[in-house]
Amino acid sequence: MSNITTIISREYSTRVKKKSFIIMTVLTPLIFVALFLIPVLIMGNEDKEFKRIAVIEDGSDLFKGVLKDREDADFVYLENADANELKTTFEDIGYYGILYISPVVTNVPQAVQLISKKQPPLDLLQYIERTLEQDIENKKLLAYNIEDLDEILKSVQTDVSVQTIRIDDAGQTKETSTGISMALAYIGALLMYMIVLLFGVQVMRGVFEEKNSRIVEVIISSVKPVELMLGKIIGIALVGLTQFSIWIILTFGILTVVQSQVLPDDPQEIRKQISQSVMSQVPSSQDSQITEQTIELSAQEEEFAKIYTNLMNVNWPLILTSFFFYFIFGYLLYASIFAAIGSAVDTDSDTQQFMFPIMLPIILGLFVALGTMENPESSLSFWFSMIPFTSPIVMMARLPFEVPVWEVIVSVIVLIATFIGFVYLAAKIYRVGILMYGKKVTYKEMWKWIKYKG
Amino acid sequence: MSLLQTENIVKQYRTQLALDNLSMTVPKQSIYGLLGPNGAGKTTLLRIINQITAPDSGKVVLDGHQISRNDLSSIGYLPEERGLYKKMKVGEQSLYLARLKGLSKQDAMSRLKKWFTKLEIIDWWDKKVEELSKGMQQKIQFVTTVLHEPKLLIFDEPFSGFDPINASILKNEILKLRDDGATVLFSTHNMGSVEEMCDHITLIDRAKSILEGSVSKIREEWAANEYDVVFRSEADIQSNRHYQVLKTNRENGRTSVRLKAEGNIDMNNIIRDMTDKGKLLSFNPALPSMNEIFIRVVEANKNN
Repeated sequence: MSNITTIISREYSTRVKKKSFIIMTVLTPLIFVALFLIPVLIMGNEDKEFKRIAVIEDGSDLFKGVLKDREDADFVYLENADANELKTTFEDIGYYGILYISPVVTNVPQAVQLISKKQPPLDLLQYIERTLEQDIENKKLLAYNIEDLDEILKSVQTDVSVQTIRIDDAGQTKETSTGISMALAYIGALLMYMIVLLFGVQVMRGVFEEKNSRIVEVIISSVKPVELMLGKIIGIALVGLTQFSIWIILTFGILTVVQSQVLPDDPQEIRKQISQSVMSQVPSSQDSQITEQTIELSAQEEEFAKIYTNLMNVNWPLILTSFFFYFIFGYLLYASIFAAIGSAVDTDSDTQQFMFPIMLPIILGLFVALGTMENPESSLSFWFSMIPFTSPIVMMARLPFEVPVWEVIVSVIVLIATFIGFVYLAAKIYRVGILMYGKKVTYKEMWKWIKYKG
Repeated sequence: MSLLQTENIVKQYRTQLALDNLSMTVPKQSIYGLLGPNGAGKTTLLRIINQITAPDSGKVVLDGHQISRNDLSSIGYLPEERGLYKKMKVGEQSLYLARLKGLSKQDAMSRLKKWFTKLEIIDWWDKKVEELSKGMQQKIQFVTTVLHEPKLLIFDEPFSGFDPINASILKNEILKLRDDGATVLFSTHNMGSVEEMCDHITLIDRAKSILEGSVSKIREEWAANEYDVVFRSEADIQSNRHYQVLKTNRENGRTSVRLKAEGNIDMNNIIRDMTDKGKLLSFNPALPSMNEIFIRVVEANKNN
């Protein structure tokens, strides 16, 4: 037993002390945070330059005064101006761009052009589109001469958002969000896929290195081959756990710091707003007096509140415990197979031949997991979350959509049983393989090693 | 008194018989050579003693009891296929290997410092193995093999890859270890080192032991009634009915002659005859080298 701890501590400390490990461990959360922050920063940093836009209509004056000036842009309606002429000079006389509206605009959507030197912000374009659309719609409606049109429109206006509510066996209802479940499913499955591949391949490389540097015979004259194999597998698992813990802590740490520094919104404030709007679910659409802007804001708040409650409604204990078990045993299963391969091959290129059959179930698992997000209750997902080679990945994708606990338990038990069987087989291959040099290994050969006794 | 015995060891690999009923007895505090052509089964036997492979039948006895995994800490094994972790530092790595043999950290540390100083490799303590030459690496491997002061030392081809200077350092260290009480079993192709170091040998060919015993006895047995005679002066020796002159060599005023005695002629007669011929410097029975014996025995076995 003390031997195996000595081995584990070597496997662990040599890896953790490596420069590449330290760089990866620190850099990954930074990249992660950057991925999260860059869109936010870009949005916050949008083009604040004030723009004067010349509006030119070809042959009519339907849209005079329709486009209201905004905080960041004025719309100057030019009558009887020639767009072609202005095209060359608009910048010199102080315009940002020319909005050219052709008379066919009521039928042809492409009839409006914004000519400018710079790329106009999306927000401004959307404003122009929305305003013109609304105006044309109104004008068309007016042409029907309907009495009390405003009243009718007001009473007709509706807003539908589907709320998904699941009822469990005890009759308790729960609001769920497909969006959040999908995100969790995606993260869980992808994480599992990465763990199995990343650390499984590390086990293979480690075993291969020991065989290739010829140190293995020295070591197995002190310890059992199976101890060496398990020591390596466990050591690398601990490296993985360390790395993940640091990733999580660093990511949240950096996010918190950055959030308070860069983002204008105080997270406390957001939380308060959310809780308030959760408490007072005042349907804002009934209040006809509120402006467009406040509608937008409260819709955003509502969205926040929804995400918040839905996040709270996710079965975290089940997901996290399952993640732990699938991580441990999924990794162990694949790591023992990878160890067997590393012991059997002589050259790096030989590994390719054996990598493919292992990669197959892992990739298949990922594909089924992606399908699971669309259709969590399909029988395909069910069976792949039971088959031990794909269950860690597929079950992680199923879990956010609520899986009966017995299914998880059965799946984990099957996984553990398979893992034990495979460690046994892998140890047999390993024991022969590490001392076998200069031989092209085949599956047939490996099967014979399994049957060797002693 | 024997330290190690192998009794009727049989090991069958899929396509070939690696060891066929092999028995051998290694006396305590001796140096025992395991000889044989490539692929004869030497490494397999050493692996069986180290419990890396299990025999199909037969047993290994160490110090009077059947060997078990608990004995591994009293064996030091330097395999033929040997290496070190390339990216690990020398000191760290030696400590690790010592800990696996059951030494405590402090113990391992002080012994390592002692050995490293003795072999003048203490400066490499913090170097990575990949920065060292092959000879340096072999010194480190030697130290890690003997560090835990095992009673049985097993070396598989210890001299392969060593330059003459390091080989002689290694040779002396092995002899010293034997004198300090260790028993040494090693396999080799280097017959010179067998004559110099080994007390006993076993010669394995095609899975079987075909020659075994003490080196001096074997060489005497294989001596073909031949004598080396050296004169301090010029001498003219001709073949007669008592002996045959195989070759004569004159150098620096000395004359060396190899004689082959005819029939069962008494050695005294020849010596008497020689003293008449010139000033005698030495008279020795010509022992065949282990190299000759090796080739002859293996060739003979091939023809069987």
